[in-house]
Amino acid sequence: MKPILLKGGTLVDPSQGLNGVGDVLIADGVIKGLGGTIAGPKEVDVIDCAGLIVSPGFIDVHCHLREPGREDVETIATGARAAAAGGFTAVCAMPNTDPVTDNQAAVGFIVRQAQRAESARVYPIGAISVGQEGKALAEFGEMVGAGAVAVSDDGKPVASAQLMRTALEYARTFKIPVIDHCEEPTLSVGGSMNEGIVSAQLGLKGIPAEAEEIMVIRDILLARLTGGHVHLAHMSTKGSVELIRWGKERGIRVTAEVCPHHLSLTEESVRGYNTNAKMNPPLRTAKDVEALRVGVKDGTIDLIATDHAPHHYDEKEREFADAPNGIVGLETALAVIVTNLVETGHLTFSDLVDRMACGPARIFGLPGGSLKRGAAADVTVFDPKARWKVDASRFVSKGRNSPYDGMTLVGRAACTIVAGSVVYRSGIPARGREKVNRTRG
Amino acid sequence: MTGTLGKDLLGLESLTGDQIRLILDTAEPFKEISERAIKKVPALRGSTIVNLFFENSTRTRISFEFAEKRLSADTVNVSASGSSVSKGETLVDTARNLEAMRIDMVVIRHSASGAAQFLAERIQSNVINAGDGTHEHPTQGLLDILTLRDRFGDLKGRRICICGDILHSRVARSNIWGLNKLGAEVAVCGPRSLLPNAIDEFGVKIFDRVEEAIEWAEALNVLRLQFERMTAGYIPSAREYNRVFGITRERLDRAPGDILILHPGPMNRGVEIDSDVADGPHSVILAQVTNGVAVRMAVLYLLAGGKPELAEAAKGGSGRGREDRE
Repeated sequence: MKPILLKGGTLVDPSQGLNGVGDVLIADGVIKGLGGTIAGPKEVDVIDCAGLIVSPGFIDVHCHLREPGREDVETIATGARAAAAGGFTAVCAMPNTDPVTDNQAAVGFIVRQAQRAESARVYPIGAISVGQEGKALAEFGEMVGAGAVAVSDDGKPVASAQLMRTALEYARTFKIPVIDHCEEPTLSVGGSMNEGIVSAQLGLKGIPAEAEEIMVIRDILLARLTGGHVHLAHMSTKGSVELIRWGKERGIRVTAEVCPHHLSLTEESVRGYNTNAKMNPPLRTAKDVEALRVGVKDGTIDLIATDHAPHHYDEKEREFADAPNGIVGLETALAVIVTNLVETGHLTFSDLVDRMACGPARIFGLPGGSLKRGAAADVTVFDPKARWKVDASRFVSKGRNSPYDGMTLVGRAACTIVAGSVVYRSGIPARGREKVNRTRG
Repeated sequence: MTGTLGKDLLGLESLTGDQIRLILDTAEPFKEISERAIKKVPALRGSTIVNLFFENSTRTRISFEFAEKRLSADTVNVSASGSSVSKGETLVDTARNLEAMRIDMVVIRHSASGAAQFLAERIQSNVINAGDGTHEHPTQGLLDILTLRDRFGDLKGRRICICGDILHSRVARSNIWGLNKLGAEVAVCGPRSLLPNAIDEFGVKIFDRVEEAIEWAEALNVLRLQFERMTAGYIPSAREYNRVFGITRERLDRAPGDILILHPGPMNRGVEIDSDVADGPHSVILAQVTNGVAVRMAVLYLLAGGKPELAEAAKGGSGRGREDRE
C-alpha cells in the first residue's frame, strides 16, 4: 500500500484541539505524520488539499443498510459506498433486517459482507429483543463477540419498561450503549406526521411530540435506576432536548443523536403530501428545529446521525398514509449540516467534526475519531465551500428518497480514506480500499 | 386547457373567495334544469368522465352522476371496494391506465388524505375531489354554503357552527375554509377528543357545550358521528353523545332566534340529531341534497372550460361549454 500525503489542507481535529493548515502523512494504515510541512517518502500519493478541510473520518451511528432482506433497496456494499461518498469512514447498521440481526450468526454475516465491500467500515448493531418483538432479551454477549457495537430495537420502540430496564442492566457487562427509538406506541398509532396545524389541515393523523418525550424521560429514569448507558436515537423535539439536559445535569448516563433532516426541515415540507418528507420521528416545527440546533451546539445532543433509510421509489410513490417512513441521508448529511448549521452560524467546522466524527467514536467506543499519530488512518477530506445541486438519481445508494433532491447545498466530501486506503475521491467512488484509480463507466 | 378554476378542484383551501362565489353563481342557473321534465342540456356532450370511488358512497356518487348526465357527459363508474392497494394495483397505475383511455375528467373518492392531489399531479385530465380521507370534500362544502346563501344571502358576518367530529371530518375542513373565505364567522362544537389539538389555529370559535353553540349560531351544520369512533375510544357511547351533544328539539327551543339545521348525511337519527329536528321546520337537509346536483354541475362545467357568463345559455341548450375550449 502506497503512503498518502494530504498536502496543505486545513486540519480540523477537536480531539486534540487542532485547527490550522498542515500536512498529514498516512502509511501502513495509520497516521504517521501530522501538521506543518511534511516532505514524505519518495513513493507517495500526494493529494492536494488546499482549500479543503482534513478531519477524522465521519462515523454514522445510525443507518439502515437493508441487507439481509431488502437487497433491492440497499445492500451492505452499496450502503458502505454511499457512506464513503458522503465522507463517512464508518457506519453502524441497524438490526431491523429480515431476518432480524438478533444473534451472533446474523451479526457475523454483516461483518463479512462489510469486509467484502472494501469501502467504509460497517459495524453491526444487534437487536435488544429476539425478533425485535419486545419480549425476550437477545444474546448481547454473543453478538458483541461477533462484532456488534451496540443494541437497539430501532424502528420499533421498546414498549415494555421492564425489558428496557433489563437491557440497560445486562448491557453493562459488555460496556455497550442501549439505543432506543423513543415512541410511545399507543399514542403514535396510525400517525404519519407531526401532530399540529399542518396535520389538522391535511387531514393526516398526527404523532404528538409527547409520544417521543414520554419515552425519553422513561429511558433517562431507567438509566438512572440501572446505571446503564442509554443512547437516544433521532431526537426530534424541543421537549426531548430539555429532558436530556435535565438528565445530563444529574450525571445520568444518557447520550443522544439528531438527524440532519430534523435540524433543517419542518412539518411544512409535508404539504402537498410529499412522501419524501415522511419519516419517523416526523419533521416537527420551527421551534423544535431551533431547540435541536441549540442542543447540538451546547452538547446536550452529542452527535449527528443520518437514520439513512432507503426505500424503493414505488413504495414512496403512493398515498401519504400508506408510504413507508424514512429517507436516505448518507450522501447529503455533510452538506445539510454545513448549509443549515455552519453557514448560519450555529456550529463551527470544529463542532461539526466533533458531532460527526469524534463524538460518535467516543460514545460508541469505536476506532477513529482522531488524527493523532498512530491512530487508524480513517480520514475525511471535504470541501467546505463546494456548491452543488442534489441529484438523487446520481446517488451511490440505491435509495432515491430524499427531500433534498433538487436543492442547492454547500459542502461536499472530496476524499474518504479508510485504514489508509482511498475509498472515495471527488465524484469517483473507488470500488475497493486499494483500487484508487477505478472510475465509473 | 383550464378554466377560471384551474385544472382541478381538490379543496376549498386553494380557492379564493371570488372563485367560490363564481361556482355558487354558476350553480344558480343549473338549479332550474333539475326542475324540468327533460333534465338534460348538451354542455358537456362528448366529454368522458370517470367516477372513481375507492370508498363506499351512495349520495355523493349519485349526485355526481346526475350532474354529469344532466350535462350530457358520458360517464363510467368504477367502484373499487377497499383501497387500490388491496386490489393489488397502485393508485399511480390506476391513474396511468385512466390517462391512457383518454378521458376528460375524474371524480375521485378515496380513503387516503391527499389521494385526489396525488392523482391530479399525475394525469392531465381534470380531477374533482369527491372526498379524500379526512382532508377535504369540496363539493359538499360548496353545497352547504350554497344552501346557507339561499337563506341568508351574503354570508359575511353570519354565525355558522359546525358540530360533532371535526377531527375526522373532511366536510368540516371544507366548510371552515369556504365559510372563512366568504367572511362568515365560523365556530365548532364537539367533544375535545374529536377536535384537532391545533383547532385554535384554524381561525374558528370553539364551544365545549352544544347549548352555547345554539345560543350563538344562526345555523348549525351537524356532522355524522361515525360508529367506529366509539370502538376506537374517542367517546364512550352513542347514548351519552346524544345526551351531551345531540341536537334535540328541547335544545333548539331555547335558541334566541331562528336557527338553520344542516346535515351532510347520512344521518344517525337519535345520535347526533333527533328525528323531530331533522324533519322539523329548521331543517334544510333535503335542500342541501338538491343543491348538491347544481353545485356539481357548476364545477364540472367550469372545469371543462365553460364560461360562467354562458352558464345561462348552456342551460338554454346552446351546447356551449367544452366546445369553447381553445
